Amino acid sequence: MAEWVEACAVDDVDEEDVIRFDHGGRTFAIYRSPEDAFFATDGFCTHEKAHLADGLVMDDIIECPKHNGRFNYKTGQANGAPVCVNLKTYPVKVEAGKVMIDIG
Amino acid sequence: MTTAKKRDYSLVGESTRLAIETGLASAEWYHTDVPRKTMKELMQRSDGPAIRDTIIWIVAILGSAAGIVWFWGTWWIVPFLFVYGVLYGSSSDSRWHECGHGTAFRTRWMNDVVYHIASFMLMRNPVQWRWSHARHHTDTIIVGRDAEIAVMRPPDLIKAALAFTGILDFRYSLPTLVRQAFGTLSDDEKSYIPEMEQHKAVIAARWHMVVYAATIAVAIALRSWIPLVLIGLPRLYGTWHMVLTGLLQHIGLADNVTDHRLNTRTVYMNPVSRFIYWNMNYHVEHHMFPMVPYHALPKLHELIKHDLPEPNPSMWHAYREVWPVLLRQLKYEDYYLKRELPPTAKPYRGEFHDLDITAAAAE
Repeated sequence: MAEWVEACAVDDVDEEDVIRFDHGGRTFAIYRSPEDAFFATDGFCTHEKAHLADGLVMDDIIECPKHNGRFNYKTGQANGAPVCVNLKTYPVKVEAGKVMIDIG
Repeated sequence: MTTAKKRDYSLVGESTRLAIETGLASAEWYHTDVPRKTMKELMQRSDGPAIRDTIIWIVAILGSAAGIVWFWGTWWIVPFLFVYGVLYGSSSDSRWHECGHGTAFRTRWMNDVVYHIASFMLMRNPVQWRWSHARHHTDTIIVGRDAEIAVMRPPDLIKAALAFTGILDFRYSLPTLVRQAFGTLSDDEKSYIPEMEQHKAVIAARWHMVVYAATIAVAIALRSWIPLVLIGLPRLYGTWHMVLTGLLQHIGLADNVTDHRLNTRTVYMNPVSRFIYWNMNYHVEHHMFPMVPYHALPKLHELIKHDLPEPNPSMWHAYREVWPVLLRQLKYEDYYLKRELPPTAKPYRGEFHDLDITAAAAE
């Protein structure tokens, strides 16, 4: 069942960047792609507990700040060692300048 | 009364259990505050610097190899052996390292190609070492967890000295690759290579063996040592610079602390060594922010040096400083070189620094 929550304002995220969003004891990462689209994934790397929001966004890749593991943040796909488990992604929509994610 | 226990460097032993129980394993480490915008700029990837350096590297390797072949049988070969050996046996380590992190080039396949070539030159299984290095960054110099502690306590000084000749590393690396090629991984290796990746380590070892077998076959066919002097043996005669610079990364400093300022060393080095070493002399900075490419480390150093111990001004200074510490560790293995933080630095978290795992073991 869908559960849309407001994650941030559109302007809170720079283009080709990521921010952290905490909600209900969970941590998410909110991305803004170079094409100005928004995406959301779990906030922690699947390899070890590191905040992806401290990482680097390059095109459609988020690189974990701890061991440089890379994921496609649009699909959640892990792109090779040291990350082997895909990242969970969440539907995103933008309404009235706000980024909403479906955490349901 | 607490009896001091010897450190157990196995990755599946008593120290491992203690590190996990006391929270030293996979702990949260100290990071100097750097504004996100600045860090984002520092982390930016670019192919340019690494392509330039790699072209210089390859041209120098091929040029010195040509000199070895041309002057074979004369004393003129010596300078070419010197250059080729260091490029093959030492500078490959920093290329392996940076490309393993994926920070040298922006383009992933370029990182992967150089990573695999450098791994071969070093006789390192590219799969195994990718994982061991990930562990090294998670648990830097945490006894029982870190797979890459170069000098253990009490220090074996003869072993450390022999490391400069490459003999010990050669004796370890080659049989390890052979064992892995036959499908056997050690318990330590299995502790940090995920099960789903272990078969890849075996396949990689087999490829390395194929190339070495081909090199030996060519040497026999040509009745010449040249193929072996160019492939394989530089791991012996050219490894000294890697050891010279690499030992300084952590030797003699604290173990079982969760602050890279205390267990890692930054050393100012000459430009040639920095090219060979790809700026890994800024080692505290690298460990604190492994996302920053080698070419941006000097800038990062300038930005955060107020929060770091004073760097050693030279390799000579660093070795002179650590030598008495190593001698003392022969008798008292708990002794270490304490890095003084400057008044401008944030203090180390005392609750970790005071932690005595031997006392914990005795309870």
